[in-house]
Parts: sequence; C-alpha cells; structure tokens
Amino acid sequence: MASYPAGYKYTKDHEWLELSGDRGKVGITDYAQQQLGDVVYVELPELGAKLKQGQSFGTIESVKAVSELYAPVSGEVVEVNAALKDKPEIVNADPHGSWMIVVKLTNAGESDGLLDASRYQDLVK
Amino acid sequence: MEQATEAPLKKTPLNARHRASGARMVAFGGWDMPVEYSGIVAEHMAVRTRAGLFDVSHMGQIEIAGKDAVAAVQRISSNDASKLAVGQAQYSGLLTGQGTFIDDLLVYRLAPAHFLLVVNASHIPKDYAWIAEQIKPAGDAVAVDASSRYALLALQGPAALDVLQPLTGVELAGMKYYWFANGEVASVRATISRTGYTGEDGFEIFVPPQSADRVWQAILESGKAADVIPAGLGARDTLRLEAAMRLHGNDIDETTTVLEADLSWIVGWKKDDFIGAAALREQKANGVTRKIVGFEVLDRGIARQGYDAYVGGAKVGVVTSGTQTPFLKKAIGMAYLPAEHTAAGTEFDVDIRGRRTRARVVPMPFYKRPK
Repeated sequence: MASYPAGYKYTKDHEWLELSGDRGKVGITDYAQQQLGDVVYVELPELGAKLKQGQSFGTIESVKAVSELYAPVSGEVVEVNAALKDKPEIVNADPHGSWMIVVKLTNAGESDGLLDASRYQDLVK
Repeated sequence: MEQATEAPLKKTPLNARHRASGARMVAFGGWDMPVEYSGIVAEHMAVRTRAGLFDVSHMGQIEIAGKDAVAAVQRISSNDASKLAVGQAQYSGLLTGQGTFIDDLLVYRLAPAHFLLVVNASHIPKDYAWIAEQIKPAGDAVAVDASSRYALLALQGPAALDVLQPLTGVELAGMKYYWFANGEVASVRATISRTGYTGEDGFEIFVPPQSADRVWQAILESGKAADVIPAGLGARDTLRLEAAMRLHGNDIDETTTVLEADLSWIVGWKKDDFIGAAALREQKANGVTRKIVGFEVLDRGIARQGYDAYVGGAKVGVVTSGTQTPFLKKAIGMAYLPAEHTAAGTEFDVDIRGRRTRARVVPMPFYKRPK
C-alpha cells in the first residue's frame, strides 16, 4: 500500500501539491503512476505560463496511454523540472518526489478545497 | 483498450490466478484480461531476453471437419491450406468478397480432413456464423465453435524451449517454426505449437480449460531459474508491433484489403477460388492506391492509433498502431499512406494532439530476432 505524504494536498485527478508559502510544487500521485504504467514522456508548460485551477498544464504519456495533467491551483509557472525530459521514468520510481512544476499561487484560498492525504487515500482505495 | 460493455465480461480459466497474482485487469474484446503484471516494459524485455508466459485463452477455436474439409477451408481462408501437412500451421485471412479482413487467423491441419482455426476473441460469434454459412457450397464439412474446449498459453522468448522441454515428452528442438505436435505438458494432454505473436521463438500450448492453471504454474516453476515471468496484453501489443505483426481492429479490418495491408504472401494465388479472390486479383492487376507502412517518429512523441498523417499540409492517411517500443527504445508505428508516399525513407507528418511531428517510413519488421 502506497503512503501519501501527510503534508501534501491532493486533487481528484490524482495530482499532488506541496505548499511552501505562496508557492506549490506539483506532481502526480503513486496511484496515477500505477494506472499509467511505464512513463515515457512528460510535456510541461513554458516558464511564466499562467494556469487556472483545473486547467490542463501538460501531458504525461506512458507506453499504453496519454493523460492530461491538471493544475491543482491557479498561478504562474515559476519552475519546470527539466530532469523529466530525459528521465521521465523517475515518475514511476518516485512519484511523490518527482515534481513537475512549481506554481506561484494567485489565490491561496483555492488549496483549501483540495483533499488531504487520508481523504485522498479513501478515494483511491 | 477502453470499451463500453453491457454483457458481463467473460473470464478465462486463469482469471482467478491473474487476480491472485496482482495483475492489472482490463476489459478487452468482451473479456476480463490481464494487461500487465510487473509492467509493460519489464514484461516486454523479459520476452526479448528470457521468456514471458501469456494467457491467450480468450482466442477462439473453430474446427472444420468432414470429407470435404479441405475444400471448405480453401473457400473461406485466403492462404492455400492444401500446402499444409498434418502437423503444420499457417497464417491466413478470413475475407469479405472485397478482399478485406473479417478477421485474421491461424489454420492448423490436425488430420487430413480436420482443421483448427484460431481466431480473435472479439470476433468468435461473427466468424463462426460466417464460416458455417460460407462452407455449405463446399460439400460435406461442418464447422464447430470449439472455443470453450481450449485454454491457450503462449510461452515466448529465447529461453522458451529450455523451460518447456523438461515438462513434455515432445521433442521440441526438432519442431520447426509453424509446426505443432500432440503430447502432454506437466502430465496434461496438450497440443504444442511453435508459433507466437511476439517475434521471438516460442510455443503456444492448447490444453483443456480445467487443467490450464496446473500447466501455467508448472511452466512458471520450470522457468524460475531463467526468471520467466507472466506477461499481459500490454506487452503482447508492444511485442507484436516491434515484430510488425498486424492487429485486427487496428491495422487490418473490413475496410482494408490484403494487398493494402501488404500481406500478399497469405494469399494462395494459385488456388481455384476463394472468397475475395476476384477482388484481390483485380487489385493486384491495377495496383493499390494506398498501402500500410512502418514508420519511426523523428521528433519527440508517440504517434498513436487514429492520429492523422499529413504530406505537405494535406491529410493523406492515418496511423493504425503506434507505441514507444521498450526494446528498440523509439516511437514506431504503422500507418496507411497513398502508394506514392510509401517508399522507405519518405518523410511525412503525424498530428500528435495538434502538433505536426515528423515521421519516416522504414522497412518492416522493426525488430528481427537474432538467429
């Protein structure tokens, strides 16, 4: 059974958000990577891209399928994890450590509506 | 692999084993099937370097027997069944009058006037109804849907022979590719066939359904030292694509002819007559206007089934299969293109979710096993 970090927030679309002040790291959950299988491409937005909560910010592609990535919160993309371009498989190996983007939040209140670890765990049980 | 199904999914005799082993299950052609055990890449690599064991019991078996069985098979199957010795099998097409694919199949000659056809799972009722009707003019022969009498396992990979041999008295090294023999595996009555859908050496093993789990377990036990692992439909699909084997429903269907699919070798051109013969002879004389090609994606991205192909800004064709291959480590696929764009080296674009991506026609198969 996967353990979901208690400090993270989660979406029903299986992204996680690790908040630190007005910034948040975004990745996909262990459940999501298991569903996808072997990841071969991660396509991420340009620096400076403005995201709305729930909007697609990129795609993740495994051998068998392609999925959209959805922004857990609104904000501006201030960092993009370039390591994923050459080593996308780290998403499978370490989903909760493999962040994809860092978002500078424009509406801090939005994250209150996300799931905490125990409610997310119930969702994917 | 998604589909809306109202009827309950059918289960192979190994369903409980798959679930107990932690396989990820999906609905496929009306069946509840394992898509992966340890992961598509790991299973794919196991088959290329050691061996993998697949449950393909969902495949259908239709038997044709009777005094005129040869004539019956000759009528409904594109390949020339008269060339088969008893104990030999061939790949063939079940064609419409237009020379397109109702299904593709393997034809096994069990006895001089007794054939076994192995067809795709999702087409069993359709194929059976077609065959039963179409063989009537051939004379004294009957078709029987024998699917429920067989479980089918596929042990595929370079280690397959060494893993299977200790379990059977059939001398496997002497069995040629596309030949088969009756015998036993793990003391279970079995037909062993040197065939497969992966591009590797290997065997397909027909056993009674009630004994399938015993044989499955025995093969995995025998393969333990060689690290043989169970594999699912996900790896089966990436393996067959590397080997450029067509998949019905993707690369061939009732809209594509045998010649467009570049499978002229499964047509018995010297046979008197068979369903689709006239259309194919005419198309052969006139030439095809479109043809299947193998391609590699030159930029980043995977060109998947249904994505459109472009030449010079004009939509000219469609991708029928595409994946990132674990062994060759590149994005490959098959597509139908206008005949003038099918030469090896020709470049074209694929629309990958709104982005035009360069691809190049390459010879098939993409992968050929070392001899």
